Amino acid sequence: MAGTATNTAEHHDDHVPSFFVRWFFSTNHKDIGTLYLVFAILAGVIGGAMSGLIRMELMDPGVTFLTSFTDQNLPEAAQLDAAKNFYNVLITYHGLIMIFFMVMPALIGGFGNWFVPLMIGAPDMAFPRMNNISFWLYGASAFLLTLSYFAPGYGEQLGFGGGWVLYPPLSTENITGPSMDLLILSLHLAGASSILGAINFITTIFNMRAPGMTLHKMPLFAWSVLITAFLLVLSLPVLAGGITMLLTDRMFNTAFFDWTAGGDPILYQHLFWFFGHPEVYILILPGFGVISHIVSTFSKKPIFGYLGMAYAMVAIGFVGFIVWAHHMYTVGMSVNMKAYFTAATLVIAVPTGIKVFSWIATMWGGSVEFKIPMLWAIGFIFLFTIGGVTGVVLANAGIDHALHDTYYVVAHFHYVLSLGAVFAIFAAWYYWFEKMYGIKYNVFFAGAHFWLMFIGVNIIFMPQHFLGLQGMPRRYVDYNEAFSLWNHVSTWGYLITLLGVLAFFVGIAASVLQRRKGVANPWGEGATTLEWTLPSPPPFHSFNELPKIK
Amino acid sequence: MAGAVQHDYHLVNPSPWPLIGSIGAGMTAIGAVAWSHSGDGGLFGISGPWLFLTGFAVLLITMAGWWRDVVKESLAGENTAPVVRIGLRYGMILFIASEVMFFVAWFWAFFGAALFPGAGDPIILTDGTQMLNADGLPAYLMNDSRQHITGGMWPPAGVEVLDPWHLPLINTLILLLSGTTITWSHYALTKNDQKGFITGLVLTILLGIFFTFLQYVEYNEVLLYGFGDDVERMFTYKASLYGGSFFMATGFHGVHVIIGTIFLIVCLFRGLAGHFTPERHFGFEAAAWYWHFVDVVWLFLFASIYVAGNEGVFG
Repeated sequence: MAGTATNTAEHHDDHVPSFFVRWFFSTNHKDIGTLYLVFAILAGVIGGAMSGLIRMELMDPGVTFLTSFTDQNLPEAAQLDAAKNFYNVLITYHGLIMIFFMVMPALIGGFGNWFVPLMIGAPDMAFPRMNNISFWLYGASAFLLTLSYFAPGYGEQLGFGGGWVLYPPLSTENITGPSMDLLILSLHLAGASSILGAINFITTIFNMRAPGMTLHKMPLFAWSVLITAFLLVLSLPVLAGGITMLLTDRMFNTAFFDWTAGGDPILYQHLFWFFGHPEVYILILPGFGVISHIVSTFSKKPIFGYLGMAYAMVAIGFVGFIVWAHHMYTVGMSVNMKAYFTAATLVIAVPTGIKVFSWIATMWGGSVEFKIPMLWAIGFIFLFTIGGVTGVVLANAGIDHALHDTYYVVAHFHYVLSLGAVFAIFAAWYYWFEKMYGIKYNVFFAGAHFWLMFIGVNIIFMPQHFLGLQGMPRRYVDYNEAFSLWNHVSTWGYLITLLGVLAFFVGIAASVLQRRKGVANPWGEGATTLEWTLPSPPPFHSFNELPKIK
Repeated sequence: MAGAVQHDYHLVNPSPWPLIGSIGAGMTAIGAVAWSHSGDGGLFGISGPWLFLTGFAVLLITMAGWWRDVVKESLAGENTAPVVRIGLRYGMILFIASEVMFFVAWFWAFFGAALFPGAGDPIILTDGTQMLNADGLPAYLMNDSRQHITGGMWPPAGVEVLDPWHLPLINTLILLLSGTTITWSHYALTKNDQKGFITGLVLTILLGIFFTFLQYVEYNEVLLYGFGDDVERMFTYKASLYGGSFFMATGFHGVHVIIGTIFLIVCLFRGLAGHFTPERHFGFEAAAWYWHFVDVVWLFLFASIYVAGNEGVFG
């Protein structure tokens, strides 16, 4: 960046703009990536606080905790109703915020924006202005979501409490207030943002790779974002159609989902999960990419089975489109359909197994260094594998009939998402922190962050498997006393995790205060991708001269 | 690394439009909710259409301003390197792909009703009689309320449908013809035949407007007479299984026709201003691709909703 001042006049592109222009009118992939990361951290704090309220309520049987958030002047029964509604609203917005406003912006918007152009040797994204509207539409979407949280939903109660899947009739007839309409339009905006972002990533990756970088030489993180972007472009518009039908059912009296007029609520579930299942791969695939780089870097070996790893992700993306109804085994579908969706779902275990075994094979015989990002990566592999194995259990329609909508499912998807995807996010954070901001992270707090969180999340979610197998249903504010032991343990796990998150923030503050200057490549010979050839932080426009790949 | 720029990619200067456009989109969305809830107290004290209209105006200004910038960059030669033009092509193709997937949802809703208008097999009890549901009506394995509404047939019993071989067929021919005129226009442009280019483009625009006009005539007819004997049935619960999927699918197509027509009109003005050369005219080409996409969606609508659906092919 030092050289930029001299030739600012000739090359206005190298000039770092003033604060307002830089952060509000940005057309720079690294700045937009940072904006996404800040956004994701804020959303994560809010969504995480919501899960805290949920866990505190569920610590003991009975509605004991959330009543303290209701209007104390109301009669006791009304307070109880308000607390129950609050619980439903909390689980709904916790899910929506964590999926749409935390994991997606962090992995795709944040690290994708930062490192896809760097890794493929491009000076920026293909459509820098469109990149920025992707971010700001997310802002508009989050604003609508916030309004929806505070707008009347069920009767006079605030917010929508029908679950993040927005199933009718809960989302059509039962919620008459504007809360649900705001939520639908919030998802429309988030969807538009993601589609534009995905178009941008695909164009960038297809069109702007450095000379000599064929697709088969491209880093796996770029591969993972490419596949994710295709899933977004093809699945999100179907959700947009589905929630538009919700909107017209609510506002214009169409009858897509109204069975009293011959409509079909199951149609919504099909449209939703045709998007929803690719969505779970959208959440995890960029994580796969990150983990591949970290495992390879800290084993000082190239990734085992590079092409197999790339095409395993392609296979997961493809099969991800034809398994959606395994989320709907209990709606009354025919045995033949259940057999098909069971079989197709089990097929996904094959490419996923390729990924997990290739990570292990990369470590095998390598010179493994247990630096902080590697701890998170190994934690990811362990936790994601547990979540994957319970996924294989749930894929069987027969077993799912017993476990559907129990805490077993909650434990399963939190193992793959809040332990899988989130561990990948933190792995990426520590792997690239020095590259992005030019200072070293604080090792002590980073280590404390990992160990507290690893122990904490396992104590939260491992007992939920037992609760599910005992038959505790999800989405209820109260439960039978028989379930109280493991719920109690689970809440203690949350408190440990909370300490871990605290260590994360203290760690950021400590690294900023310490200001230990970063180097271009702190990881040594194992870090082979292009971003490590640039200074830390990289110049405003990374490559004015394109790197050549042999 | 920070030396002279030695690549052909288009590095865009900071722009206010993404932020302004997002604010406009947010205002439009919030305004739409406030407007629709005007009857029951509005939203946080806001009611009536003003916020929606203001937001929409901001969106329109953003579109005009943003695309004006793009056109200026094109005329200044900033985004005209071959690699940038390939990128624009990828972008347009992917945008159209996402639009196709949007229509998949509406076709899914239509086929879900038209292919399965009944309720599957009746539930036969061991004594050979059909089971009755809670309302005392015969019960079916799947959606028996649909069976009672549609009579197990498509179009649903009592719905009087449009004749596909009347205006819909004419509209099909209009769109097919417009597909040929836009190709004529494009071909003339590549041969540097300015007159042919403009004539073909004007004809395409006129055909697009004519299509929209005929759809308007047809909508008027069904809205006036309904899909049955009862005028009220169109947008009320009773008949809107048919009406809802018909209006939403053809309505979204109609919106896309109007957008495509505007896109072509913009290209006409740009063509008259001499923005397009035989070698470089991606703006026009994108409009042509979009027009073909709109055309193909109509063919699917015509074949499935108007012909197969209305002629009773699905039973």
